[in-house]
Amino acid sequence: MDDIYRENILDHYKNPRNFGKLKNPTASFSLYNSACGDKIEIQLKMKNEKLKIIEDIRFSGEGCAISMASASMLTEKVMRKNIHEIKKLNTQDILDMLGITLTPTRLKCALLPLEVLQKAINS
Amino acid sequence: MLNVSKIREDFPILKRLINGKPLVYLDNAATTQKPQAVIDALVDYYSNHNANIHRGIHTLAEEATAMYEKARERVAKFIGAKGAQEIIFVRNATEAINLVAYSWGRAFLKKGDEIILSESEHHSNLIPWQLVAKEKGVNLRFIPINAEGYLDLKEYKRLLSTKTKLVSIVHISNVLGTINPVAKIGKMAHEVGALFLIDGAQSVPRMPIKVEDLECDFLAVSAHKMLGPTGIGFLYGKKHLLEEMPPFMGGGDMIREVYLDHSLWNGLPYKFEAGTPNIADTIGLGAAVDYLEKLGMENIFKHEKMLTEYALSRLSELSYPSTPLGAGLRIYGPKTTENKTGVISFSIKGIHPHDVAQILDKEGIAIRSGFHCAMPLHQKLKIPATCRASFYIYNTKDEIDKLMEGILKAKKIFKI
Repeated sequence: MDDIYRENILDHYKNPRNFGKLKNPTASFSLYNSACGDKIEIQLKMKNEKLKIIEDIRFSGEGCAISMASASMLTEKVMRKNIHEIKKLNTQDILDMLGITLTPTRLKCALLPLEVLQKAINS
Repeated sequence: MLNVSKIREDFPILKRLINGKPLVYLDNAATTQKPQAVIDALVDYYSNHNANIHRGIHTLAEEATAMYEKARERVAKFIGAKGAQEIIFVRNATEAINLVAYSWGRAFLKKGDEIILSESEHHSNLIPWQLVAKEKGVNLRFIPINAEGYLDLKEYKRLLSTKTKLVSIVHISNVLGTINPVAKIGKMAHEVGALFLIDGAQSVPRMPIKVEDLECDFLAVSAHKMLGPTGIGFLYGKKHLLEEMPPFMGGGDMIREVYLDHSLWNGLPYKFEAGTPNIADTIGLGAAVDYLEKLGMENIFKHEKMLTEYALSRLSELSYPSTPLGAGLRIYGPKTTENKTGVISFSIKGIHPHDVAQILDKEGIAIRSGFHCAMPLHQKLKIPATCRASFYIYNTKDEIDKLMEGILKAKKIFKI
């Protein structure tokens, strides 16, 4: 727990990357975290009909440091990746990305952005 | 006043260290801790008296039945019911409200009827009515709350009409700690011929309650918020109303005569208690009521008011820019204890409530963060989530000071 509020987590929380909305998204999805009611929305612009590469991505909403940092880092991670790579992302990938360990309740906060992203891709 | 240091000795869990620090338990609106007397009652029942009730002739069955029914009498006396028949044991306040919605609601509500709730209800006093409203074509009406968290009684008066069949209101808000003027609300409901249900989940544990003084027809309560075990609660209902209502669930114990094509129902309160009930936890609830009565509900009320007042004054040190500790903390609901007790919700600018709760946990302090099962209220107040500190008989001013230190630590970690 000592490590949860590390410098890079707080930095992504206070200065979220790719935060905001896209003008003409090709896909978008939003979900509430049932534990706290926080909402996260992710919008995507994809190119290349076959490979479906993410050309641009934005997230918006409100949340705790963990969910916001997770969303912020995730948008950086998936930029210019194709959807097949994104579909393969799992819990461990998110934990590795954040570089912290979490209790089961806080894990939900960390995983919400990935869930929203994967649902956006399938929408 | 309460002898808090003596009370604390009765609660084994208060000796626990959390992350190496003494537990500061400030999540009592979610559930309270249990005194040894309640734990002992459960152990004693299972060790010495365990049997199924109401049927067996043998000694253990007689003992278990007597203990179970004794708990009902204690509860009846505790809330000033006219008799034990008016107490129906259920799992919790949620089930108590569902019982009224499904039994009374399905039998007596008609299309176009209206039910009045408020904007500050816990989901347990909203969703059952949404379900029954959809099924019966009933309309739900809501008493608005103002920014301070008080119900708008003028608007309530305007909402009341001959269409109103039930008014169902929380006594003490589990988010804002507001004490609603239920006796007045009940009287106004009765004037138009409506019934009145009180969600007593937060009030019965922390203030003296006599159902007759509150003009209430139904009262819903959970045991685990008043020192009792989880999985047990009760519905109080006026005898003549309960008698008119059809059963909620069918099964053993709730019948008098059974044939293959029809049955005759048992009398009160058994008509509503199908199947083997939660015997052990009901006996545990009886022990909890005994413990509370020994302390005196008036004393408990005063103790919590004192703590709430102290916490409000300490937290407000962080509410104004002019104070040395700086601004950023916002308290929701009433700022005085005139109509508030036991529960304080707040937020800190720049730190999400989940993060506040996580940092406090590191200090051994347990608070709640989130929507507290009252999403519409948070939407009305336009806040995503809040931190909630809630007190009980074993809490001290010293623990509120620790809460303050923890909040300052969170501000330091987040550099605000």
